[in-house]
Amino acid sequence: MAGWLGRLKAGLARSSARLSDDLAAIFTGKKLDAEALQELEDTLIAADLGPATAARLAKAVGRERFEKDTGADEAREALAGEIAKILEPVARKLEIDGARKPHVILVVGVNGTGKTTTVGKLAKQLSEEGRSVMLCAGDTFRAAAIDQLKIWGERAGAPVVAGAPGANPAGLVYDALARARTEGADVLLVDTAGRLHNKANLMAELEKIIRVMRKLDADAPHSTLLVLDATTGQNAHAQVELFAKAAPVSGLVVTKLDGSAKGGVIVALAERFAIPVVAVGVGEAIDDLRPFAARDFARSLLGLDP
Amino acid sequence: MFENLSTRLGAIFEKLTRRGALGEADVDDALREVRVALLEADVALPVVKDFLDRVRVRAVGHEVVRSVTPGQMVIKIVHDNLVEMLGGATAEIDLAANPPVAILMVGLQGSGKTTTSAKLALHLKTRHKKKVLLASLDVRRPAAQEQLAVLGRQAEIATLSIVPGEPPVAIARRALQSAALEAYDAVILDTAGRLAIDEDLMAELALVRDAARPVETLLVADAMSGQDAVNVAKAFHARLGLTGIVLARVDGDARGGAALSMRAVTGCPIKLVGVGEKLDALEAFHPERVAGRILGMGDVVGLVERASEAIEQADAERLARRIEKGQFDLDDMAKQLRQVRKMGGLEGLLGMMPGVQKVKKQIAAANIDEAILKRQEAIIASMTKRERRDPDVIKASRRQRIAAGSGTSVQDVNKLLKQFFEMQKMMKRMGKLGTKGLMRAGFPGMGQMARPHGFPQR
Repeated sequence: MAGWLGRLKAGLARSSARLSDDLAAIFTGKKLDAEALQELEDTLIAADLGPATAARLAKAVGRERFEKDTGADEAREALAGEIAKILEPVARKLEIDGARKPHVILVVGVNGTGKTTTVGKLAKQLSEEGRSVMLCAGDTFRAAAIDQLKIWGERAGAPVVAGAPGANPAGLVYDALARARTEGADVLLVDTAGRLHNKANLMAELEKIIRVMRKLDADAPHSTLLVLDATTGQNAHAQVELFAKAAPVSGLVVTKLDGSAKGGVIVALAERFAIPVVAVGVGEAIDDLRPFAARDFARSLLGLDP
Repeated sequence: MFENLSTRLGAIFEKLTRRGALGEADVDDALREVRVALLEADVALPVVKDFLDRVRVRAVGHEVVRSVTPGQMVIKIVHDNLVEMLGGATAEIDLAANPPVAILMVGLQGSGKTTTSAKLALHLKTRHKKKVLLASLDVRRPAAQEQLAVLGRQAEIATLSIVPGEPPVAIARRALQSAALEAYDAVILDTAGRLAIDEDLMAELALVRDAARPVETLLVADAMSGQDAVNVAKAFHARLGLTGIVLARVDGDARGGAALSMRAVTGCPIKLVGVGEKLDALEAFHPERVAGRILGMGDVVGLVERASEAIEQADAERLARRIEKGQFDLDDMAKQLRQVRKMGGLEGLLGMMPGVQKVKKQIAAANIDEAILKRQEAIIASMTKRERRDPDVIKASRRQRIAAGSGTSVQDVNKLLKQFFEMQKMMKRMGKLGTKGLMRAGFPGMGQMARPHGFPQR
């Protein structure tokens, strides 16, 4: 347990280094006056929380701390508390229903967010939990995406159902589900092509994939994960909104949190959509997919010990 | 969630009617709204501050031109400054060096480097008549080299053979050697995605640069990037000396403030933008369009281009001729329906138009169903050829058959026919005006066609 916490912290430490430096600069030896409050708000904006959320959080902290001799640590604690409060309800694990054979997990998102990598990492973790996992290479569009997933499949020891490049993804998903059912797989992980949420035809294709899999299992997909890139800014709002319209998005995965991007938009997303954040990606290795821990995340963002 | 800036400024300036010049307080009020608009568009905070300081100086005391509101005046000043800051003239790829010219593509994971590399190769081949070699130095992401090879085959561009286990610097050297031997004009080096803070990988990239001595080092960045874009661009620029930026996924609906941030901190021009998944979807950068998007004022130019793309010129001319002769029939109507859908549906179209946020809300309230367009197409598809040519023959029993065939009701069929006859009447009037009148009117009757039952007229 301490192992992954440590790794998560290490991953997040880099993203929070700047934020905490900024905050330290604001609060050390300084009272929380209007100017310091504005700087605090700016720091949150620079972390991609968005202007509205940043203003509201800064105000909340200000209301409590104004005119008091608030030190750096105290203000940070308060802010971490505010952020954690928002995130706690959405920090939930990916639940696999053991009664389903298979439990279908559909992975969707815009291009380049890390869907295939996430599928690979998830496959490894789920098979380590003792489940039989099957992969479906539903990205038949991007060149060599099928090969990429096959390599992940080998690493995770999971069979990959794949078609020819350019094949109809809905048909392929149908075949994969049929095979997973006959072979009694516990989990079927379906990778899909990256698609921009504002492209009507591509979103219709996604809807079709779901429609077709429901011909075999009316409740499928049992989980739909939207993969978000931590470097994404306010457009994440539109991504969640439109993907949730086309698919029953039940969880978010936030990738690339090991970079300098802070992924603060999650805070605003949690408030607006309340969709669970089931995992975060903190590196390229197969084990770098971690549960999302609200309190640790909020505290790490502010450079505080868990 | 993003409200149009002009709507917001409109509210601020409502109280101020006629004024000679923009006062300091007016400008400050307006710039507060501009600040929020820029931040919602993901322009980095330090860049926003610089920009606002600049605009403030220019806006205070500015004469308000008669016939525009102070709000519009401020928007114009903001817009003009944005365009200026984004870089006026379009910058082309620099090929002025002894061939083979090396072009190094760098960026974060998933920013679109590999696809952009192939697009750039095709761009150089078709627009500049260059012989281009593609080489993937990405030995990290599984099947990345394979991906570039496949894209090369699709674009009919040569790719360097893959040698398993070869390190990036060696691949770069081999690429340049083969390019020199085989008389290539340019070599595009696609590299693995890396974090700007990954010291080892950034050092590796510097070694590749020293080995390849590229004329262009292009940072490929995602148009959806947030505040961190500024740090990424700064870090890559400091380490490698960028010569330009390629903005990928401009065809998304992100407002693209990252473009301004990266341009401002590196001083590097944005040379190209990726506008689609196809390999020819790479275009020159137009600052005015991005400025409009950042401000949430729509992309009118983009709309016009999309419209002209979706509507085949020949089709349009044929339709014009038919209308002139008063021959508009249900087949023509079906074609129009398809065109609307091709352009991204009603919502997509409206999203690109300036100042329609209000209309959009009304539409959402009126519960416009995009499916209506599809249903109407289905109704027409359920008619016989004769019925489509001559709708007058469609009487009660035919209507029942069409409704059953298209899975709709007789009322739906009636509604469609009524719309059609109204359109036809209008077309006839239009035909009398001649083709010129038609062109001026745009797509005749489209507004009407798209209007579902109960949507307010006007």
